[in-house]
Amino acid sequence: MGEHILTTVDWARAQFALTAMYHWIFVPLTLGLSFLVAFFESIYVKTGNEEWKKLTRFWMTLFGINFAIGVATGIILEFQFGTNWSNYSWMVGDIFGAPLAIEGIFAFFLEATFFAVMFFGWHRVSKGFHLFSTWMVAVGSNLSAVWILVANGWMQFPTGMAFNPDKARFEMQNFWEVALSPVAVHKFTHATSSAFLLASLFVVGISALFLLQERHQKMAKRSMVVAAVFGFIASVFVGFTGDEAAFSVAQRQPMKLAAMEGLYVGQEKAPIVAMGIINSSKKPGDDLPAFYAEKKIPGLLSLLANRDPNSFVPGINDLAFGNAERNIIGAEQRMVTGKIALAELAHYKYAKETGDAAQAAAALALFEQHKGDLGYGYLNNPTEAVPPVPTTFYSFHIMVVLGTLFPLIFLLVLYFAFKGTLEYQRWLNLACFFSIFLGYVAQQAGWVVAEVGRQPWAIQGLLPVGVASTNIAASNVQTTFCMFLALFTALLLAEIRIMIKQIKIGPEA
Amino acid sequence: MIGNLDYAILQQLWWLIASVVGSLFLFLTFVQGGQTLIFTLANTEEEKSLIINTMGRKWELTFTTLVLFGGALFAAFPLFYATSFGGAYWVWMLILFTFIIQAVSYEYRKKPDNVLGARTYEIFMSINGSIGLLLIGAAVGTFFTGSRFSLNLYNSVTWQTPYHGLEAALNPFNLAFGLFLVFLARTLGAMYIVNHVDHEPLVKKARKATWINMLWALPFLLTILISLVTMDGFAVNPTTGEIFMEKGKYLNNLLGMPVVLSLLLGGLGSVIYGVAATGFLGKNSGIWFGGIGTVLVGLAIFSLAGYHNTAFYPSVSDPQSSLTIYNASSSKYTLTVMSYVALAVPVVLAYVAYVWKLLDAKKLTLAELTGEDVKEMY
Repeated sequence: MGEHILTTVDWARAQFALTAMYHWIFVPLTLGLSFLVAFFESIYVKTGNEEWKKLTRFWMTLFGINFAIGVATGIILEFQFGTNWSNYSWMVGDIFGAPLAIEGIFAFFLEATFFAVMFFGWHRVSKGFHLFSTWMVAVGSNLSAVWILVANGWMQFPTGMAFNPDKARFEMQNFWEVALSPVAVHKFTHATSSAFLLASLFVVGISALFLLQERHQKMAKRSMVVAAVFGFIASVFVGFTGDEAAFSVAQRQPMKLAAMEGLYVGQEKAPIVAMGIINSSKKPGDDLPAFYAEKKIPGLLSLLANRDPNSFVPGINDLAFGNAERNIIGAEQRMVTGKIALAELAHYKYAKETGDAAQAAAALALFEQHKGDLGYGYLNNPTEAVPPVPTTFYSFHIMVVLGTLFPLIFLLVLYFAFKGTLEYQRWLNLACFFSIFLGYVAQQAGWVVAEVGRQPWAIQGLLPVGVASTNIAASNVQTTFCMFLALFTALLLAEIRIMIKQIKIGPEA
Repeated sequence: MIGNLDYAILQQLWWLIASVVGSLFLFLTFVQGGQTLIFTLANTEEEKSLIINTMGRKWELTFTTLVLFGGALFAAFPLFYATSFGGAYWVWMLILFTFIIQAVSYEYRKKPDNVLGARTYEIFMSINGSIGLLLIGAAVGTFFTGSRFSLNLYNSVTWQTPYHGLEAALNPFNLAFGLFLVFLARTLGAMYIVNHVDHEPLVKKARKATWINMLWALPFLLTILISLVTMDGFAVNPTTGEIFMEKGKYLNNLLGMPVVLSLLLGGLGSVIYGVAATGFLGKNSGIWFGGIGTVLVGLAIFSLAGYHNTAFYPSVSDPQSSLTIYNASSSKYTLTVMSYVALAVPVVLAYVAYVWKLLDAKKLTLAELTGEDVKEMY
């Protein structure tokens, strides 16, 4: 039975990862390109220069192609919470459903309504209203990011709720705590600024390709300057919000931070691993070295985590098995408390069913005492509380290294643009073009850190993925996984080919 | 103010809000109906493009309304979301697949190098408008015919057939419901073409399609209506919450809620007038009567399922696991918060209506499809 459920969970996770990763190929470009198109069109309306209009419409065409597949891959994510994570939907739907509904009301209708004006309104509405519509699409897209990231932020740091034992679910107690949770704020600022960065890389990279091909040079340089300014500001912001997000992870998801750095044994003046090769045989609690080879910068992790280079940062072993010296209660001990909470919840439910009020009251009192570690009661081994370390570590480091590279590219573009020699910088233009792909890698890596690093939890500390999933035979989910893989891959190939063709046609057709 | 409302009132209010969104979705399925008309109504490539571009300016509204319907159900009735989506897995998955393939089809159909070819995207649209709606209808039909599931003490669902929802499409009532939606959508789609397209040969065919499709819908509509007034239904004892079978439940609901009866009759009358006005009287405004009528009928159907002490998502295998708007809802706090949020809905409706009016002020012509904006056309 246990094996059967695990298989279903594995497929459900694989399907969610697949659909979310596909979706996130398109979303960041939508979020950022919508603003860039709005900038371009604003310049057109302000100057009345038809070349800016042509430029706007070119990027808008690419935006539309990308937007459609973003919508297509998005609908499944909302409904998948119900289809594949049915227990999750019930246990936290009282809190989690609200941001999704708000996203629909406030964001999706803005996008859907004004998208039609943006593409079909050039001769049906005034120039000013058209520009307004383009801005509304940008605002709507980014508003949708707010609410889905509030929802995701709550999964990382559940707040503003309480467990209702009668209903066997968590219920919202404070909407503002959910909506304005610091994790939600960091998620939103980091994800959207990184999306602006990616879209800027896209515009800069495609424009650089035009320069390399000696086509549409004027339009390409104009696009590059606007996008490089936007991209540089975004990348500085990405760095700043990334630091805030990491600080937040250190405070609220210390196990994730330890996995991000492959830190097994907590220490003061904890270093950041600048470069390292993880020892794949290493297991929590053993004596093997964590790395085959590594280059560390002392104190930097302590500084990042606690704003103090001398401070103590707990490691995986401390968090899994506890560290009395540092007053850290490990997963091992929490499991004991959690199992009491689960047992008392079962006693309470049974006593209520049989009408034994005294027994129910006693069980409820014990449950209330132990409910803080409820989620740990579902674990069988403290090492289950440890996320996959190599995946989390490498994803985090890839993201950071790439994130450091991008602002330099934007700066160089701006430098040569102001020198007036941009079209002659072949190596830079090549680097710009290839940076588009690196931008996508960084985006995906960022989400892998956030989601794989949260494992084994669907809701941090409260609900492991194994309990959250739907009670359904694995073969069903396996089949839909294969269907999604085939369909999304076909659609992605179509999208890429259409995009390449439109880039080949260029703005002048 | 909302915070002072009784919990039961909030639960009823949210069933109403979800019903309004669901009913608006039913009206907006004229897009899906239009998608199925491309193979039956259009004789030329130009006519096909006119239909697709007409629907293409509204498809996202329909799609978004469906997404909001899902979101509203998740926020307000999470136990329904968990039970139905997790249990009737396949029916929902297939519905979603048809919407996924729809979403790319408009944008990609005419674009060069689109890999799958224009015809494939047209077939995608047609599948969405036929199979997609048929399955949605079958799923809504289970609000009356029930499903086979049970919930444990922790409200975790176990579906008791290996078909996970597909069995719904084999029930004659559910099937009639699905087919009615398909033909109603085609009727509405034809009415919208008449309203929005300036191309006489196509408009002439669309006028004819309006009443022909209504004629096709009629036997399924009659099946649904006769079944509804004769079938037993899943009643709930308001004091104990116990579910029991009641003879003539939905007829009792209709007679016990005269407003719902008027919504149903008024709605059907409005749809029929819309069809007659478009098909026989040469009017272009039939879509509005058809649309408003569809919304009213939708509200009546959802009200019959959810109000008057009725289980809206019944279980035939374990009746006590059936869902009512009271046992499936969110907490009072969440419903209150969401009610404040819902105050924004009229604002959303207002700007949607304003932009609709702006974009539809001029009819779609062949000249527009081949003019300066040709690159943006679907």
